[in-house]
Amino acid sequence: MLLIHCPYCDETLPEAEFAYAGEAHIVRPDNPADVSDEEWRDFLFIRNNLKGPHYERWRHIHGCGRFFNAVRNTVTDRFLTTYRAGERRPDPESLPEDGQ
Amino acid sequence: MTHFSALSLLRHALGGNKKWEEQWPNSEPKAEYDVIIVGAGGHGLGAAYYLAKEHGITDVAVIEKGWLGGGNTGRNTTIIRSNYLYDESARLYDHALDLWEGLSQELNYNVMFSQRGVMMLAHSVHDVQSFQRHVHANRLNDVDNRWLTKEEAKAYCPPLDISQTARYPVMGAALQKRAGTARHDAVAWGYARGAAARGVDIIQNCPVTAIRSDATGAVEGVETPRGFIKAKKVAVSAAGHTSVVMDSAGVRLPLESYPLQALVSEPVKPIFPCVVMSNTVHAYISQSDKGELVIGSGTDQYTSYSQRGGLPLIEHTVAAICEIFPIFNRMRMLRKWAGIVDVTPDRSAILGKTPVQGLYVNCGWGTGGFKATPGAAHTLAWTVAKDEPHPINAPFTLERFTTGRLIDEAAAAAVAH
Repeated sequence: MLLIHCPYCDETLPEAEFAYAGEAHIVRPDNPADVSDEEWRDFLFIRNNLKGPHYERWRHIHGCGRFFNAVRNTVTDRFLTTYRAGERRPDPESLPEDGQ
Repeated sequence: MTHFSALSLLRHALGGNKKWEEQWPNSEPKAEYDVIIVGAGGHGLGAAYYLAKEHGITDVAVIEKGWLGGGNTGRNTTIIRSNYLYDESARLYDHALDLWEGLSQELNYNVMFSQRGVMMLAHSVHDVQSFQRHVHANRLNDVDNRWLTKEEAKAYCPPLDISQTARYPVMGAALQKRAGTARHDAVAWGYARGAAARGVDIIQNCPVTAIRSDATGAVEGVETPRGFIKAKKVAVSAAGHTSVVMDSAGVRLPLESYPLQALVSEPVKPIFPCVVMSNTVHAYISQSDKGELVIGSGTDQYTSYSQRGGLPLIEHTVAAICEIFPIFNRMRMLRKWAGIVDVTPDRSAILGKTPVQGLYVNCGWGTGGFKATPGAAHTLAWTVAKDEPHPINAPFTLERFTTGRLIDEAAAAAVAH
């Protein structure tokens, strides 16, 4: 069972309260009609699918109901940090070492 | 290669079973091959086998980061069926099913293919309508599938609870009698043995760390801890790790890797005659020939490479099984595990050429790759040998994510594959 820290409720709670919502920081083009088919494909379908620290969205569905971002190591499943939606993406160097 | 027969078994038995030969050698890599296949699972070994047997290409290496068949080939719940909705999927999976039927004879290796039938339970009016649509679509495609009333379903699978008071009442079921299970390890072993006998090198414990291309953009070979291995063609068949390998060749794929868990119970006497799937409550179950109940469901909700998965999913799965089959309430579970599956946005595979000349990919099978093993391997070998799509795998291109011509089994079925 993953333990996830909700940055809005400021509580660390079991995975069952949360829903995964895919890779984070994917920006929708301002005007989809202007982009090429390749750019639209990249926006819709292509994902980094990283093995290691992964920037992703979660939603606290059985709590405050809000979306937030997290960095999780996809090899160990440990959360390195969570932060509110709209905040800057944390620098990879600023993240704690996995295992702490 | 030893030919297996009743006579050879008897002869070896009389000799105390001391003279069985090694079934395939553990090869060291050569400096160069015509074709390198990345990943020694059923799909990769099968492709090597068909390249050698049907296309005469025997200068082939299958390179595996762990041990042969140790990935999803050895971690799935061994269900084989072909009752997919769309024409493209029906052709591909039914091609696989055709090959499954003759596979033990073809390989002279018992893959224990058992056509015990796969029954999919309908629990709601929506399920009934959706499954009947599947049955009709399948029959138009000459794919075996039929509708059962709940009483017929109970007759086919006696442990099923069809009472009105059940937590998930059964309203009927779709049955594919041609479907069933096979011994997953034997599929990898059988293909490995057949390929090695035709000259294919199987190289284990050798991760491919990068795919290298030359100045013209054509594939040149693969980097490994045992050095660079040159190749005219490279086919990647690496399941959950496909993104990682393909990224090194500059090919980004529409894949996400999720843990898919399964578990088995303690072995018991024969009690469960077929495979039962319930998409609405999301669980499936069969009994192995050893007697264990083999149970699985969908992927965990988050992407991961951990090969573990979380307990909430197991709890949900086992709860669903106990509701549908109250008889299994007090069974003890022996072990659980996970494999990493690569899921595409439309839940259909990607099988064919890539933007890099000489680089081919077989990925995106998500939670349902085992059933496709012979079909995927057979058509991949064709594509690698001729550098063109096979008529059956032609729709499963990477380009469909640009053109929008998806094979949207996800929306059509919403099922566990």
